[in-house]
Amino acid sequence: MSEVLLSVEGLGVQIGGLTAIADMSFTVPPAEVVSLIGPNGAGKTTAFNVITGYMRPTRGRILFEGRPIAGLAPERIAARGLVRSFQRTSVFAGCTVFENALMALHLRGRAGLLDALLPFLRARREEAALRAEAAELLDLVGLADRADLPAEALAYGEQRRLGIAMAAAAHPRLLLLDEPAAGLNPSETAECMALIRCLKERGMTVLLVEHDMAMVMRLSDRIVVLNQGRIIASGPPAAIRQDPEVIRAYLGAAHAAA
Amino acid sequence: MSTLLGWGFVAALAALPLLFPDPYLLAVLTSAGIFIIGAISLNLLLGYTGQLSLGHVAFFGLGAYASALATLGFDIAIGFGWRLVVAPQPVWLGFLAAIVVAGGFGWLLGRLAFRVRGAYFVIITVCFAQVLRMVALNWVELTQGPMALISIPPFSLWWPGEGWIALYRKDQNYWLVLAVAVLAFLLVRQVVRSRIGRALVALRANEPLARSVGIRVTHYLVVAAVISAGIAGAAGSLFAHYVRIVDPDVFLFIYTVTMVIMVVTGGKGTLWGPVVGGLVFGLMPDLLRGTAPPEAQWIIYGTAMILFVMFLPRGIVPALVRRPS
Repeated sequence: MSEVLLSVEGLGVQIGGLTAIADMSFTVPPAEVVSLIGPNGAGKTTAFNVITGYMRPTRGRILFEGRPIAGLAPERIAARGLVRSFQRTSVFAGCTVFENALMALHLRGRAGLLDALLPFLRARREEAALRAEAAELLDLVGLADRADLPAEALAYGEQRRLGIAMAAAAHPRLLLLDEPAAGLNPSETAECMALIRCLKERGMTVLLVEHDMAMVMRLSDRIVVLNQGRIIASGPPAAIRQDPEVIRAYLGAAHAAA
Repeated sequence: MSTLLGWGFVAALAALPLLFPDPYLLAVLTSAGIFIIGAISLNLLLGYTGQLSLGHVAFFGLGAYASALATLGFDIAIGFGWRLVVAPQPVWLGFLAAIVVAGGFGWLLGRLAFRVRGAYFVIITVCFAQVLRMVALNWVELTQGPMALISIPPFSLWWPGEGWIALYRKDQNYWLVLAVAVLAFLLVRQVVRSRIGRALVALRANEPLARSVGIRVTHYLVVAAVISAGIAGAAGSLFAHYVRIVDPDVFLFIYTVTMVIMVVTGGKGTLWGPVVGGLVFGLMPDLLRGTAPPEAQWIIYGTAMILFVMFLPRGIVPALVRRPS
């Protein structure tokens, strides 16, 4: 395994005439939690969308495990081991929580049409294994007793946890979490942090976009700070806290808002 | 609906010709059955993937023509002075040809049309069926155009002790259609209960999320389109060898509409939906023919449809089988 899991090199994204990302380069080493922070409109979510294939970059390269992934379809990128969660709650509505978990385990199975027609062969074992894995996954995020509820009937915080569980389901090597704590109360945020730590212990590298600074400072091994489509600082949390450029960007934004 | 109830229903249908050997009743049920097979196939696309194909009759018509032409044989110019000559083939081969040709076009349409979704997809599928109708009308050398393909042989089956028997009788055709319908139902059931079906439902429920967990959109939609088209082609073949005449009107838009009504009123995305909706709306025209004055028949049909959609927007089957929550 290379020293760098994900490397973003000279990334630029234009949306119409707007420059969403001017020039972005950063790397994510394996087994770390890297956070992407910055004021609203800094280009964090755009960066996520580009890395995971939902948008095309205007220029630059994205290498995952040394291989270029820019421009690939999201499902291909997921198959390579890079899976994201979504900022807004995102579940398969109309399906139960358990079905949601099973669907998220898609990449863990390989049954095709032949297995569908001859379910007594290999497919039965695979299906049983997937169901066990789905149950385990729900257990991990404390939703085991909600398994038979329709996913949209879950409370907001529970839906967010389900979303993270689904992104982590197929054991991606890199997990991208888009504001996992948005809209959560303090105790739910604490649970969310515990969950992310737990996923890290399971060998997942995490790239995080988050507004909750306390959470970012406590979870991250490294922080990349974006402002107006550019990286203005990057380093360990302690260094970021002292960085004058970062303080200006944040306080300036706060003053402008007030 | 439980498996036992399902097989009981099939057994009752199978016993029907023995209890009521009325040729009119059997003819009505056989025609309805052929369209129910079409509706079962449409349900895989419309119900499980959520893609509204308003050209579904294209696959039905392709199956009818493929099967009829394979069993009648044909001799056409294919350019450069070459001719393609096919001698009349046995009906089972025509049936297979119908499935393969329709499935092949399902693959083609899937590859082309699933790049666009929503209204564009609907338009492409409508056009597809219309273009095929034009081809059937105008490629007279192959299809006889509006003169229709006639004298199509009836279906024949190999039966132990009897050898090959041609199915001329109503009850024989009824059983054949019932058997194919059961096979189509079981095929769709196996698919939707598998990992493939789960991927289809995931794509319908939330496509960006489905892609994020690695579900290949085009691949699964094309798989569904091929299976769906293949089954519709089989239904078309049954139609050709039952009615024994095929003209370009098999591509009429109204047949697609009929299948859509069956699926939507019965309950799209449920296994029994197209069967229940198909029985109601497949049999209603013939029931009304005996009871209502001609000018009122279609008014009643239309009103019934509107009432079903208004009061059971998710269909009859979901209203009967509530999911425990």
